[in-house]
Amino acid sequence: MEEQDKLLHEVTQREYQFGFYSDIETEIIDKGLNEEVIRIISAKKNEPEFMLEFRLNAYRRWLKMDMPDWAYLKIPPIDFQAISYYAAPKKKPQYDSLDEVDPELLETFNKLGIPLEEQKHLAGVAVDAVIDSVSVKTTFKETLAEKGIIFCSFSEALQEHPDLVKKYIGMAVPVGDNYFAALNSAVFSDGSFCYIPKGVRCPMELSTYFRINAANTGQFERTLIIADEDSYVSYLEGCTAPMRDENQLHAAVVEIIALDRAEVKYSTVQNWYPGDKEGKGGIYNFVTKRGICRGVSSKISWTQVETGSAITWKYPSCILMGDNSVGEFYSVALTNHHQQADTGTKMIHIGKNTKSTIVSKGISAGVSDNSYRGLVKVLPGAINSRNFSQCDSLLMGDKCGAHTFPYIEVGNKSSIVEHEATTSKIGEDQIFYCNQRGISTEDAIGMIVNGYAREVLNKLPMEFAVEAQKLLAISLEGSVG
Amino acid sequence: MLSIKNLCVSIEGKEILNGINLEINPGEVHAIMGPNGSGKSTLANVLAGKEDYEITAGEITYMGEDLFEMAPEDRARKGIFLSFQYPVEIPGVPMVNFLKTALNEHRKFRGEKPLTAGEFLKVMREKKALVEMDTELTNRSVNEGFSGGEKKKNEIFQMALLEPKLSILDETDSGLDIDALKTVAHGVNALRSAENATIVVTHYQRLLDYIVPDHVHVLYKGRIVKSAGKELAFELEEKGYEWIKKENGD
Repeated sequence: MEEQDKLLHEVTQREYQFGFYSDIETEIIDKGLNEEVIRIISAKKNEPEFMLEFRLNAYRRWLKMDMPDWAYLKIPPIDFQAISYYAAPKKKPQYDSLDEVDPELLETFNKLGIPLEEQKHLAGVAVDAVIDSVSVKTTFKETLAEKGIIFCSFSEALQEHPDLVKKYIGMAVPVGDNYFAALNSAVFSDGSFCYIPKGVRCPMELSTYFRINAANTGQFERTLIIADEDSYVSYLEGCTAPMRDENQLHAAVVEIIALDRAEVKYSTVQNWYPGDKEGKGGIYNFVTKRGICRGVSSKISWTQVETGSAITWKYPSCILMGDNSVGEFYSVALTNHHQQADTGTKMIHIGKNTKSTIVSKGISAGVSDNSYRGLVKVLPGAINSRNFSQCDSLLMGDKCGAHTFPYIEVGNKSSIVEHEATTSKIGEDQIFYCNQRGISTEDAIGMIVNGYAREVLNKLPMEFAVEAQKLLAISLEGSVG
Repeated sequence: MLSIKNLCVSIEGKEILNGINLEINPGEVHAIMGPNGSGKSTLANVLAGKEDYEITAGEITYMGEDLFEMAPEDRARKGIFLSFQYPVEIPGVPMVNFLKTALNEHRKFRGEKPLTAGEFLKVMREKKALVEMDTELTNRSVNEGFSGGEKKKNEIFQMALLEPKLSILDETDSGLDIDALKTVAHGVNALRSAENATIVVTHYQRLLDYIVPDHVHVLYKGRIVKSAGKELAFELEEKGYEWIKKENGD
C-alpha cells in the first residue's frame, strides 16, 4: 500500500522523465481536494456561476460515494488528496529535431507508419510554422466556421457559448452518476466541445488532433458533443501513437446528445502507457462515456480499440429515448502482460422500435485479465425493440483470463434480445499453417488477430483502421513463442 | 535435393520414427505408403518444421543445408511446401490477403519486388484455372466454410501459386471424390518439372493411378521396410498391409 502511494506520488509528481523542462511559468495549486480548491479552479478559468455550482454539487455528491468495487479489477488504493487538481497547461518536452527523441518511441511510430511530420508533432519536436499541418489546421477551422460548426476547447466554449454548455452538460452523465464521473464533474480541467447545427453534415472527421491546444491530454478531461436535428458528425478521439503521460489516474467524461434524426459516430483508439512487462506503472483509465439518442430516429455509434492503460474501466453506453433510435457499440479490447480491462456497454431502450447492436472482441495475452460487462435493458414502454449482442474472447497462452458478464432485462413481450458468445484460443496450428506458407510467427499473429477483430476494425474510418491494425500486432509482439 | 539419414523422432518420449533413410533428387516423385500410425504424417510434419516433435537422432540436408537449422517459415521460403492433411481455418482473414502476404514473403526472400494488388490478382487468376478453384472461394476467409474437397483443392492451388521445389502432399486424397481427385492430381502433374520433386504420402494406392511415382516406400513402425518402383503400390493394393506386417514378424 505504502509502495503504491509512493508510486502514485512519483508518477504524479515527478518531472518528465526525459528532463526537458522549459522555463515557462506553471501555476500549480497545492495538492488535495476541497471546496476551496474547486472555487479556485473555477475562478482561474473565469467560469460562469452555473459552472461553479455544477462543480460544487458534484463534489458534495462525490464525498458521499465510494469507489466502485464491482468490476473484475484489482485496483490499488488511490490517494485523491495526493493529486494536484489545477495546473496551467503543462508544456510538453520540446526538441529541436527527431534525433533527440527516445529511439524506442520513434521505432513504434515507424511501425505504425505515422508520417514524419506527424511524428514530430506527437513527439513534441518544434514544428516549423510553414509546414503542412499548420495550414491544414487553418483550412480546417475555416471550413467548419462556414458550416456553423463549433469545435473548440471546453474552456473556450464556456466563455463563448455558455448557454449551450448550460443546457446540455450533465444531460447524459448526471453529476452523481458514478464515483469517477462525480470526481470529473467537480474538477475537470478542460476538454472538447462540439456543436453541429441543424441539418449540417460535418464534411470531415473531427479529430482532437486538429483542435488547437489539444496537445495536452488532461487528467480529468470532459467532452460534450451535441448533434442538432438532422445533423451528422464523425468524431475521432486519441491516436494510435503511444501516449506517455505522467498522470497515473485518468477519469474522463464524454457526453453525446443526438437530437431528432441526428447521427454521431464516435471512434476511439486508446494506447496509453500500459506499464512495463512486470506490471509496474501504467495509466489507470476510468472513463464514463454515454450518449443520449434524445430525438426520434437518432443514432449513436461507439467504436473503440483499447490497447493501452494498466487498468481500463469503461462502458460507452447509449440511452435510446427517441422512438426508432439506434445505438451501436463495436469494441476491440486487447490486454497483454499485467493489464486489466473491464469494459463493455449499456444499451437502455426507452423509446419504441429502438435498436441496438453490440459487438465486443476481447483479446487476452500474457497474464492479463479481460472482461466484457454489458447491460441490455428494455423498458416496458420500449415496445418492438431489438438488441443483438455478440461477445467473443480470444486467448493467447494459458495464463490470461477472459470473462463475460452480460446483464439482460426485458420489460415487454414484443422485444427481441439475442446474445451470442464464443471463446477461442489462437491455435499453434494456425500459426504453423502461416509459417508453412512463408509467413513469420509475428506476422501470423498480427494477421490472425486482425482477422478476428475485422468486424470492428471495419467500422473505423479508413486511415484509423489501418493504423489500428498495426497497433494490434505491435501490442502483441513477443506474446507467443 | 533432400537427404534424410537415420532420422529418429519421438513425441513425449514415444518413438515414432526409428531410423529413416531417404534420398530425393530433382524431378522425382516418391510415394510413401503405410498403414495408419506408421509415422507417415510425422515425417511430413518434421520436414516442414512443426515444433511438437523431438528429433532424437539423424540429420536432414536440403539443398546442401542443414534443415534443422532453418525456421519453418524459412523452409517454406526456400521451397518446401506441405499440403496439409487437415488445413486449418483462419476466420476473418481473406484468402486473397493471406495468399498475397505469403507470395510476397517468398518474393522478398528471393530479393524480388513484392507484387502489387493488380499484379497479384492476375497471377491468382492463372493459377486458379489450374485446379478449377471457384472465384467465390478466394473471397472467403482462409478455409472457412470450405468442404473437405475444397480445402484440398485450396492446398494445391497454394502450391501452384508458391511454386515450391519440394512438395509434400500429406494424405491429399483423403476425403476426395473421384472427380476432385482427378482435378487435384491434374494440378500436381501440371506442376511437375525436372527441377522440382514431390513426396506423396498416402494410405491408398488410388491416388497413385493419377500421380505416378518413380519410387514407392513402405513405412511401418517408423522404418522404411520396403522400397521399389511404382509396381510396389499395386502389390500393396493387392495383398494389403497384412503382408508387410507378416514379413516384419507381426
